[in-house]
Amino acid sequence: MAGGPAIEMRGITKRYPRVVANDRVDLEVADGEIHAIVGENGAGKSTLMKVLYGLTPADAGVIRLKGKKLEKHRPADAIRAGLGMVHQHFMLVDTLTVAENVILGEEPRRNGVLIDAAAARERVESLSAEYGFELDPAEYIENLSVGLEQRVEIVKVLYRGADVLILDEPTGVLTPQEVKELFVILRALRNSGRTIVFITHKLDEVIELADRVTVMRDGRVAGVVEASATTKEELARMMVGRDVLLRVSKDVAAPGPTVLEVAGLTAVGRKGREVLSGIDFEIRAGEVLGIAGVQGNGQTELVEVITGLRKAAGGRVFLNATDITNRSPRQIRDLGVAHVPEDRQARGLVLGFTIAENIALGRHHREPYSRHGHLRLDAMREHAAELIDENDLKPRDPDAEARHLSGGNQQKLIVAREFDCEPSLLVASQPTRGVDIGAIEFVHQSLLGMRDAGAAVLLVSAELSEIMTLADRIIVMYGGRIVAAFDGGSVSEEELGVFMTGAGGGGGAGAGEGAGEAGRAGTPDGTGAPEAMH
Amino acid sequence: MVRWNRLAGVLSPLVAVAAAFLVGGLVVLAIGESPIRIYAILFRGAFGSVDGVGHVLFNACPLIFAGLAVAFAFRAGLFNIGGEGQLYIGSFVCAWAGLALVGVPAWIAIPLLILAAAAGGGLWASIPGVLKARFGVHEVINTIMMNFIAIGLTSYLVINVFKEAGQMTPQTVEITAGQLPRLAGPLRAIGIPLPLANPLNASILIALAAIWLAWFILYRTTFGYEVRAVGLNPQAAENAGINVRRTIVLAMVVSGAFAGLVATNEIMGFRHRFLDNFSSGLGFMGIAVALLGKNTPVGVLFAALLFGVLNTGALEVDVFTDVPRELILVLQAVTIILVVVGNEVLARKLRAREARVALEAAGEAS
Ligand SMILES: Nc1ncnc2c1ncn2[C@@H]1O[C@H](COP(=O)(O)OP(=O)(O)OP(=O)(O)O)[C@@H](O)[C@H]1O
Ligand SMILES: [Mg+2]
Repeated sequence: MAGGPAIEMRGITKRYPRVVANDRVDLEVADGEIHAIVGENGAGKSTLMKVLYGLTPADAGVIRLKGKKLEKHRPADAIRAGLGMVHQHFMLVDTLTVAENVILGEEPRRNGVLIDAAAARERVESLSAEYGFELDPAEYIENLSVGLEQRVEIVKVLYRGADVLILDEPTGVLTPQEVKELFVILRALRNSGRTIVFITHKLDEVIELADRVTVMRDGRVAGVVEASATTKEELARMMVGRDVLLRVSKDVAAPGPTVLEVAGLTAVGRKGREVLSGIDFEIRAGEVLGIAGVQGNGQTELVEVITGLRKAAGGRVFLNATDITNRSPRQIRDLGVAHVPEDRQARGLVLGFTIAENIALGRHHREPYSRHGHLRLDAMREHAAELIDENDLKPRDPDAEARHLSGGNQQKLIVAREFDCEPSLLVASQPTRGVDIGAIEFVHQSLLGMRDAGAAVLLVSAELSEIMTLADRIIVMYGGRIVAAFDGGSVSEEELGVFMTGAGGGGGAGAGEGAGEAGRAGTPDGTGAPEAMH
Repeated sequence: MVRWNRLAGVLSPLVAVAAAFLVGGLVVLAIGESPIRIYAILFRGAFGSVDGVGHVLFNACPLIFAGLAVAFAFRAGLFNIGGEGQLYIGSFVCAWAGLALVGVPAWIAIPLLILAAAAGGGLWASIPGVLKARFGVHEVINTIMMNFIAIGLTSYLVINVFKEAGQMTPQTVEITAGQLPRLAGPLRAIGIPLPLANPLNASILIALAAIWLAWFILYRTTFGYEVRAVGLNPQAAENAGINVRRTIVLAMVVSGAFAGLVATNEIMGFRHRFLDNFSSGLGFMGIAVALLGKNTPVGVLFAALLFGVLNTGALEVDVFTDVPRELILVLQAVTIILVVVGNEVLARKLRAREARVALEAAGEAS
């Protein structure tokens, strides 16, 4: 604890055309502490971190890193100064190994030219051993689960010498078990003298992990508190400015006729591996079926097959007794299926489109958005404005580009769109990923509202508590199979956890099979990287 | 910042053009000529007379079509390098239709020939479109290959099948059907003294209509919305029920149709024949035009006009100075490279902020 704070930001102001994202923000992070930043969607958390890391310049304010002033810096300067950022969307090369990814751009050289592979391996191994990452340097990224990929990102940052780490919503994509393991790592890092800043919407995590918390609201700092001296409720109140329920009220389900029936469904992945094996289940109208499982056990593929994004190799899918197996996504959508995809930026949004254009996406070819092939911009904007109001989207401007929305608002935009169309089947994958507690409450309430209005809901979530709260029935997937089924309320999180790791018996062989396959959305046909070409 | 961006979008090409002229001047200086004199001649050639302006428009006209072809495909995320081949096929089909329609009155023949030109180019472009959509073959590679085939094929046909009897020149007989009127007559009638020999013809009006059409398709039709969605994020487009493959093929067809419309100027408006190898790179110039025009329809218009000025002025320089013809070509190429590259660099500089935002978008979920 030699001297001053690790990070000192004073009077940071950052204006965007429609909002002041940061308004004279002060942030002080002590050397060697774990510091959490919380706040509603759009409060300015990511912006503050981008300013710190040098991804975007502030309009005003002073930044000091370990006492040294950072001015007009870029990420490269920040890295040199010992700052590291663990990106939420991993930037790893799938076809390279862990070690190769870690050293990418910073390769240890032999004779100045050749890459010293052995040295790279050793370095990764020693970092891995030191903090318990349990990474195999020779493993290919494509075979890793999301949680392990994240560790590779952390090792990458450490390899570059970072002693101040920024993690923007690191737990959003993790399973409870992975979160626990991440926390062990983060504590080990702190104990070795490193400083950690992390952003999260999960207040439990804040209380559990953080030393201190900075709460942001509407671009300002609403307060700084000791984690040990606060409660979830207090934090929520500081964030939102009112009391938050943190509980949804749920009536007993009144299931109607079967809406979705999946029978003997199988699918194969990229390498001809079976990623779904003999999946059977049904969902009735007015019922929420939750799928629990560690990501990469076939949930992604199951959803893709149901929504027409992936071909089934065998078995059948029926929607209201109509066979929709291997129909096109449009046919399936038009039959009344709505889909909140798990990865909002990959599948859910066209980032270069406006809010209005994104609201129309999927129904753009029908009234009121299109008439005789002619696009009706007014109808699009009008409807977008309505949904912005109803769902409290920010900014409140239908013409704002989706790219410029905060992560949570991007998610809320997709949810608003998919919940809007009175589907007979709603397929929701990670519907509340990255949204703040107030909005989670809203999304959960709307989801149950749709159930009560007679929709069948298929809910996939890494968040066990979300499944426990919402689902009327729960199935557990492991290794591409259904390994257990429960009625909601008749099972504890612990029990589910046991089945999720394949230890509950009856599960398929080959732990983690298809992890790499299922972890990412399959690119359809080499149509290229989506947004990269501009 | 939105306003600043838009300003930068317009400003950056302008500054780049100025820089290009500067470096072009240095090249002229290097061979011992006076840049001021050369540029004076160049601009006098382009703007010094009504005839010059007419030539500027005439030269810009095919570049508008070729530029639109590239820009439209780009919106679907496709890099169509095949404009050259598509315009050859479009022109050939157009010429062939013209030959077949001898004696048909203009008001029937003209629309039919326009359609033939568009259909020829569109059909030719559909092949790389299908190859891309069905087999994932990269369009850059197969559009280039299709260029060779198109040029070779039309060359073979015009030399061996359609050549005017008793002539050495590898060209068809004159196409009398569906000729587009020159504009000198009507313009003189309203007091604009365009010389009767000026080649400017009604194709320029078709070009302007095409610009509007490209804009309308992209921003006001359901199809255009799908094209843009596929171009920006094919995975999200697929999830939204858009048939990505079909959209790719159709976007290539529309792109190729624009390229094919070059025939309205070259065949219907000017030569009235199909001449072997007539284009000498119009399709490739279209790439530069589209890049400079930022792949927007209106941008294409201005970029094509700029290149029209260069082409016209260069001719003048060739005629009135001792600067060898090859050097003019070099000068032109240097200018194009500088305009395009300079524009890129400058755009990046001016929008350093935005560039970083793009980085964020790639890196982090905001
Ligand atoms: N590049 C940009 N252009 C315009 N506005 C932006 C841009 N980036 C962020 N904003 C706006 O700044 C505000 C703060 O965004 P920021 O991403 O910092 O929020 P956040 O606190 O991280 O929210 P979330 O919890 O949803 O991730 C939002 O209103 C957002 O719309
Ligand atoms: Mg954020």
